[in-house]
Amino acid sequence: MTALTDDTLPVTPRAMRDEMVVFAVMALLLAAVPFTGVYPFFVMQALCFALLACAFNLLIGYGGLLSFGHAMFMGTAGYCSAHALKVWALPPELGVLVGIAAAFGLSLITGYISIRRQGIYFSMITLALSQLLYFIYLQAPFTHGEDGIQGIPQGRMFGVFDLSKPTVLYYVVLVGFLAGFLLIYRIINSPFGEVLKSIRENEPRAISLGYRTDQYKFLAFVLSGTLAGFAGALKVFVAQNASLTDVHWSMSGEVVLMTLVGGLGTIFGPVVGAFVIIAMQQYLAGFGQWVTVIQGSIFVICVLTFRRGVIGEIAHYFRRSL
Amino acid sequence: MQALYAQLLVGLINGSFYALLSLGLAVIFGMLNIINFAHGALYMMGAFVAYFLLNLGGINYWWALLLAPIIVGIFGMILERTMLQWLTGLDHLYGLLLTFGIALIVQGVFQNYFGSSGLPYAIPDQLKGGMNLGFMFLPVYRGWVVIFSLVVCLATWFLIEKTRLGAYLRAATENPTLVRAFGINVPRMITLTYGLGVGLAALAGVLSAPINQVRPLMGADLIIVVFAVVVIGGMGSIMGSIITGFALGVIEGLTKYFYPEASNTVVFVLMVLVLLVKPTGLTGRAA
Repeated sequence: MTALTDDTLPVTPRAMRDEMVVFAVMALLLAAVPFTGVYPFFVMQALCFALLACAFNLLIGYGGLLSFGHAMFMGTAGYCSAHALKVWALPPELGVLVGIAAAFGLSLITGYISIRRQGIYFSMITLALSQLLYFIYLQAPFTHGEDGIQGIPQGRMFGVFDLSKPTVLYYVVLVGFLAGFLLIYRIINSPFGEVLKSIRENEPRAISLGYRTDQYKFLAFVLSGTLAGFAGALKVFVAQNASLTDVHWSMSGEVVLMTLVGGLGTIFGPVVGAFVIIAMQQYLAGFGQWVTVIQGSIFVICVLTFRRGVIGEIAHYFRRSL
Repeated sequence: MQALYAQLLVGLINGSFYALLSLGLAVIFGMLNIINFAHGALYMMGAFVAYFLLNLGGINYWWALLLAPIIVGIFGMILERTMLQWLTGLDHLYGLLLTFGIALIVQGVFQNYFGSSGLPYAIPDQLKGGMNLGFMFLPVYRGWVVIFSLVVCLATWFLIEKTRLGAYLRAATENPTLVRAFGINVPRMITLTYGLGVGLAALAGVLSAPINQVRPLMGADLIIVVFAVVVIGGMGSIMGSIITGFALGVIEGLTKYFYPEASNTVVFVLMVLVLLVKPTGLTGRAA
């Protein structure tokens, strides 16, 4: 078993400081977006996918588990939030909670099933489970099949923030993203995260040291799935719809691609990767299916020549952990 | 009862495709340690090559049955030589990601030129029509697909389990370094194995062309079902792959008759049940 990342650096105060500086710069840049004239919808969308990719990265980058079905958490949370907002007419904060709860429940079930196998089988199982869910949502009445749930009311978050105003919505999404990001950062640097990394590096040794690795992997799966659900719930307010594309396997593939481009097992990589891929889709939208071809080519190029990803290469160059 | 037999037949046909595809996946995994995500795309290429041969070259179905697997197999061997071989020694997941990328490229290119709709491929004259078996009406072509697939599966089993070449193959799966020490060119064997697995996928594609039409995305959803089949059956045994493939096809066919709403999902549900009861898969070793 070869390790995913060849250079694991110890967590030092300096590394922590570097990461906090980069985080502060990222937060400031993102907070300044509404003043720059950049299309906020694009950035909001990218933020939702960035959070999804970070959640996915928690599993692959730190637990060594490649989930090929992460779209199911985003899609499930999206559908449930959308249903809660539109049909039950719940306020936004409760709508988000419904979505997160749904993703939490789903990750408990799917984690219990998929964690039973490792490596390549784990990937195939998560993919098959997400396809199972896709067909269920295709037939279930509340998802409205091919049409999806449309025209979702945005409402007022906590009764104060009017989400129909783009700038307000932007900051709500940004705060959600940063909160999710910090939570993942905290998990990665916790004792739990350290054990997770040791499982990724050498599972038999972790077992021999007395860790019940299955439980650690299960918890990582549930955390990752729930956070992916949070991203999906946020996305409902941005896109104002929930549709089958969010549960399709191609979406799961895109999440993998974002993380791979940014750098597996890096803290900031998934964010960079999400912005790169979403921007690419935006600019190449007119090229039809060539976008798929380009995405496939990026996969091939990344795997063959660029396995560390953008942030991974930078971190490697400066011998820092980012 | 007619409808039940008809669905059973459809199930057997789908089972043939599952068996051919999961067989190829198992053979490739054994030698390359890669789960070939591009398998569905190469299955689709097989159907398209048959379509091109007929419509551009006037080459009929029977030649396509031979030529399409060879052409796609060569394409696969080029992929192996130029890309997959560089993954030796890396984590399994990179093989999955690389072949996923290849699948996206191949499917995307075909979608650009042929959209998402199906192209018709006529049943060859010799296999047109049907026969009355007393209890059901059997379209000849469908019967042919089942029998021919079964023969190909068993021939592959024979090749791998009973011949000298197969013995080399199995030995190289267990310990490539030692086999190389005996003077056998293992890298070339790996390339040929990938070609064989891919050729089986292309053959399934040709067989399915007259039944399911030729579509750029015909392999995309199928491959996910085949993954579930592989999880259920395990990749440790060739015969296991064949039996699991056919059995799941039949179960799917029966579901279509008794509870059509679940026909898309039954294989996945079975996968969940198998994982809960016997996590290593029906024939598999722990992995």
